[in-house]
Amino acid sequence: MYTKFKLFSPQKMIHSLFLINCSGDIFLEKHWKSVVSQSVCDYFFEAQEKAADVENVPPVISTPHHYLISIYRDKLFFVSVIQTEVPPLFVIEFLHRVADTFQDYFGECSEAAIKDNVVIVYELLEEMLDNGFPLATESNILKELIKPPTILRSVVNSITGSSNVGDTLPTGQLSNIPWRRAGVKYTNNEAYFDVVEEIDAIIDKSGSTVFAEIQGVIDACIKLSGMPDLSLSFMNPRLLDDVSFHPCIRFKRWESERVLSFIPPDGNFRLISYRVSSQNLVAIPVYVKHSISFKENSSCGRFDITIGPKQNMGKTIEGITVTVHMPKVVLNMNLTPTQGSYTFDPVTKVLTWDVGKITPQKLPSLKGLVNLQSGAPKPEENPSLNIQFKIQQLAISGLKVNRLDMYGEKYKPFKGVKYVTKAGKFQVRT
Amino acid sequence: MTDSKYFTTTKKGEIFELKAELNSDKKEKKKEAVKKVIASMTVGKDVSALFPDVVNCMQTDNLELKKLVYLYLMNYAKSQPDMAIMAVNTFVKDCEDPNPLIRALAVRTMGCIRVDKITEYLCEPLRKCLKDEDPYVRKTAAVCVAKLHDINAQLVEDQGFLDTLKDLISDSNPMVVANAVAALSEIAESHPSSNLLDLNPQSINKLLTALNECTEWGQIFILDCLANYTPKDDREAQSICERVTPRLSHANSAVVLSAVKVLMKFMEMLSKDLDYYGTLLKKLAPPLVTLLSAEPELQYVALRNINLIVQKRPEILKHEMKVFFVKYNDPIYVKLEKLDIMIRLASQANIAQVLAELKEYATEVDVDFVRKAVRAIGRCAIKVEQSAERCVSTLLDLIQTKVNYVVQEAIVVIKDIFRKYPNKYESVIATLCENLDSLDEPEARAAMIWIVGEYAERIDNADELLESFLEGFHDESTQVQLQLLTAIVKLFLKKPTETQELVQQVLSLATQDSDNPDLRDRGYIYWRLLSTDPVAAKEVVLAEKPLISEETDLIEPTLLDELICYIGTLASVYHKPPSAFVEGGRGVVHKSLPPRTASSESTESPETAPAGAPSGEQPDVIPTQGDLLGDLLNLDLGPPVGGPPLATSSVQMGAVDLLGGGLDSLMGDEPEGIGGPNFVAPPAAAVPPNLGTSMGSGLSDLFDLTSGVGTLSGSYVAPKAVWLPAMKAKGLEISGTFTRQVGSISMDLQLTNKALQVMTDFAIQFNRNSFGLAPAAPLQVHAPLSPNQTVEISLPLNTVGSVMKMEPLNNLQVAVKNNIDVFYFSTLYPLHILFVEDGKMDRQMFLATWKDIPNENEAQFQIRDCPLNAEAVSSRLQSSNIFTVAKRNVEGQDMLYQSLKLTNGIWVLAELRIQPGNPSFTDLELSLKCRAPEVSQHVYQAYETILKN
Repeated sequence: MYTKFKLFSPQKMIHSLFLINCSGDIFLEKHWKSVVSQSVCDYFFEAQEKAADVENVPPVISTPHHYLISIYRDKLFFVSVIQTEVPPLFVIEFLHRVADTFQDYFGECSEAAIKDNVVIVYELLEEMLDNGFPLATESNILKELIKPPTILRSVVNSITGSSNVGDTLPTGQLSNIPWRRAGVKYTNNEAYFDVVEEIDAIIDKSGSTVFAEIQGVIDACIKLSGMPDLSLSFMNPRLLDDVSFHPCIRFKRWESERVLSFIPPDGNFRLISYRVSSQNLVAIPVYVKHSISFKENSSCGRFDITIGPKQNMGKTIEGITVTVHMPKVVLNMNLTPTQGSYTFDPVTKVLTWDVGKITPQKLPSLKGLVNLQSGAPKPEENPSLNIQFKIQQLAISGLKVNRLDMYGEKYKPFKGVKYVTKAGKFQVRT
Repeated sequence: MTDSKYFTTTKKGEIFELKAELNSDKKEKKKEAVKKVIASMTVGKDVSALFPDVVNCMQTDNLELKKLVYLYLMNYAKSQPDMAIMAVNTFVKDCEDPNPLIRALAVRTMGCIRVDKITEYLCEPLRKCLKDEDPYVRKTAAVCVAKLHDINAQLVEDQGFLDTLKDLISDSNPMVVANAVAALSEIAESHPSSNLLDLNPQSINKLLTALNECTEWGQIFILDCLANYTPKDDREAQSICERVTPRLSHANSAVVLSAVKVLMKFMEMLSKDLDYYGTLLKKLAPPLVTLLSAEPELQYVALRNINLIVQKRPEILKHEMKVFFVKYNDPIYVKLEKLDIMIRLASQANIAQVLAELKEYATEVDVDFVRKAVRAIGRCAIKVEQSAERCVSTLLDLIQTKVNYVVQEAIVVIKDIFRKYPNKYESVIATLCENLDSLDEPEARAAMIWIVGEYAERIDNADELLESFLEGFHDESTQVQLQLLTAIVKLFLKKPTETQELVQQVLSLATQDSDNPDLRDRGYIYWRLLSTDPVAAKEVVLAEKPLISEETDLIEPTLLDELICYIGTLASVYHKPPSAFVEGGRGVVHKSLPPRTASSESTESPETAPAGAPSGEQPDVIPTQGDLLGDLLNLDLGPPVGGPPLATSSVQMGAVDLLGGGLDSLMGDEPEGIGGPNFVAPPAAAVPPNLGTSMGSGLSDLFDLTSGVGTLSGSYVAPKAVWLPAMKAKGLEISGTFTRQVGSISMDLQLTNKALQVMTDFAIQFNRNSFGLAPAAPLQVHAPLSPNQTVEISLPLNTVGSVMKMEPLNNLQVAVKNNIDVFYFSTLYPLHILFVEDGKMDRQMFLATWKDIPNENEAQFQIRDCPLNAEAVSSRLQSSNIFTVAKRNVEGQDMLYQSLKLTNGIWVLAELRIQPGNPSFTDLELSLKCRAPEVSQHVYQAYETILKN
């Protein structure tokens, strides 16, 4: 009653993977089943050409026989070839996980790093995906199966002839806590948490907030021996109503008591990410006064921006950078900053002003003339200002960790919490 | 020391050198050589020539070396099947290794080697591994069954692996359960009919338990599997939902979206009054919004899905407008999607904000985005009436910018605004006319011409303006030509004295100098109309146009329901059902949302509860793909389908003559019967004029192709009846019935040979009949029919055959031939097989048409003891393409107003009064109005058949 398969056999998920650099070279390919010719990437290159900008290449492309699902990370394209109906998010998440793993193993996810470690890369890819089913994607487990390269190890390996492949089954693989390996030992037991909040905002011409929300994460660095069971509680857990959890967190405990209870993975990991959207909770720490104008029928314009603090909770705002994509007709800019330094790239038309810190006594400003291409009509669009900043020791949402308790182990760990607020996609329209 | 050194040897004798190294005695050297081979493989170099040498390295204690050789094998075994056999022994031995890692690795690799000969050897090791004591090996083996099934399905079945796999669903280890589910889903996908994943409350419970404990990827497999389950009642649905909701907080977005799919699907079964329903709605919003802060690729997929979700349940995200505001550095594909969703969420409450944003976007740099933003402003005006004025003034501001593409887009949308709010904003026409010269895109030109034609009486120099377009008539696109033709005719009818020459000119351009049949046909129709009866022409061309609907480009509801079942998949990204694009078209099952049932009621039969929501609530949809049709019906020619009646019959007859349709033989005595649709249809469907009767079906075909309407609906099918008894036909017995499914009619026949000799050479023919029914394909009986044998044949029919009025109307005379003789019989077909899928009339039109049809054409019928209530009546009729246009409750009686359309374009309007008789049976009073009253009797019979069976 079953017939043998026709032309294309079904293949769950990823059939093949191509890694492509910015100049369009395919520098690595991996096939999980039959070999798919590189020529399939021509469809991708076509889409890339159409998109003009690398960031605008659509993530799902259909070709006569395949679908190409791609991500763009660290100036590399990860292009996967798909033959049947699959959840694209599954593929995209997986591809990001592959990139994360490279980052984790080689310190950077770059063409050079991948080429330098091509065999490990191959072994990793094989270990991460089997017949389209993700096998081991937790960094803890992978590292037990395939040791990351270190200078020391490659020296030792070449002397002793031992390999960088583990030959025992990773311990966490099948336990109920696959994210943690057994038998962890540290001389100094430490648990650090970083509460990092990014403000995404759109501010309109008049300075009022069109849209603002906070994207927060708590990243943890846990170096604790044995099987510690941690509970992290907050002063104001009610702030957190839209949260994504690391699988280690016991969801029921959170639902009933608003306490994060978990056996942590070993090392660095993201414990939770959260979103605070209700407008009145999102403080906007800076304001910008701006006046950018182009004169009709003349080849110049005026540019004048000033930045000042606002709702900064008494903390210093530092690391301020302003980036502006100027219209195409701008040839050059002749500006004077009262503070910091600026650059203008006449090719990409990007103005970058590195401001530094704000001192309320003397607000930093950048003023001067804009040279336009002569004869061209004055630009219709007004450039948006993209602002970066950082505020140490402050979670702008007001989130505060109350305490961390540890159960299951006897020793006393060293604990620490750090807060920082940054600008995310913070845009001021002019 | 890095691996990049492996890339450096590109000399000529490379393969030769590698060969020598692979055969070296030194382990280290061997390993280095294999690494070099792998490195070459990664960049797509062909190193298959080294196959035997690499395989020789396989027997080693060094795990890394073993793994590398395995990697190589998987890549090249297919091209070297005979050599690959050499590796089998090592695999089999490794499957017995004390180290579970090696056992798993061996079984995993073996499954990836797609060589038939090897597969046979795989069975025994695989069987052992499926029962291995170590769960790591079991979970790997589960996946291996899927791989093996892909290579040789029969083998997997014969060896009983499927049962073993089913047993693994009850495994104690959640990872094993997840992989077993994944493997079974994959196998089931290639055999939709097989009942592999037999889901029942017990197995569901196991899956839900495993869901909490397995890895993120396993969770996705389990959730996708859960989504295919149909709970038996709302209580079970709720309890599954409760256990799935925690997944919404998972960090992996694919898990979140799969959970959303399960919830969206099961929610369908929950009553809206339930507290839990409200809770669930609230819980769905935050995770969806959170997806938008992820990487842009993830955002894109999420947005495509959110687009479906806001159409299905707008209440979920109605307060979240702001998260869809566009940031200037979003990738363009994200921007366009966000914009789409902003319009869907636009309402009176947030329109001011939305407009301010859209205006901002209209000054951005990216052309595609700007265009879409301008168009969006127009859509807002049409959607939210209170904002129309502000939208128009915003559009005018934008026109002032004189940016070419902005102006063109603005004009296109202003035309729609005129259509929605007639006589309100015409003051802006002057501004529009100023920009006439800058229009270079067909759509904008056509829109402008329409405006000039429509408001010719207010534009002093309308004739000059139109004349200027006429100069380059033949270089214009069809769209512009058609529009120009209509506009000039309008102008002529409004200002006949000055424009006679112009109209002559355009008519001769259209009819004599054009190769385009649409244009020519339309030219002739106008010409004939104008020459025979200018008064009638006026009523046709200048008729009042129906208002355009509020929401354009909504997804058709049944398709939307199907797509909701595919949330998170490629189908949801492309907004097409998987059957539309999956390679090879492996029998994809249509999924449908579960019907809403109360726990006390037994499940209704699928026929009475079609997947779509009750028709009364659905917004009218103008499918975007149907633009051509929409344009013609709404814009070009005055009266659309079933529009106001035409004044005199002589004009009518003229038009019919022109079309040369065979309709008159049927309708000869009822000239009014040929209403708008026939008149309008030929240019739309572009059928040759002599196929007049097919126009109705041509139209419905168009709908079917473009919007996939009716994939889930199928008309009522009567049981087969004996049409030709054996004794009358020398031993051939024919029984049959008629069906209509997805817009195609077929005659399902059963031929039985009751003679003693073999029958061959079958053929079938129909006599001319009232609706032009004819076989669309020859009668296919593949093998000779031996004595006592029966064959079932489905004969597709169409309605393009010759027409002759029959008595009774639905009589069909059929001739069947075989090697013995020719036999004749006649049968009556139920009229509902002729009810087309686009038979839903707009409310206003319904009212107008109802009034226009003279009262003497009204026929009244009684349907007694119908076992259904109003709701069920409506939905059952809808599955046979009788559409409820409106519903009213008058003094406790439900009144349904319904419309249907026959394949030849005849509309039938119905008023159905439902009198609640005793609790289980109702009496129905049916009033039918139709321009061709002789069909009423048969329509009534169709009603009775559909409702009573």
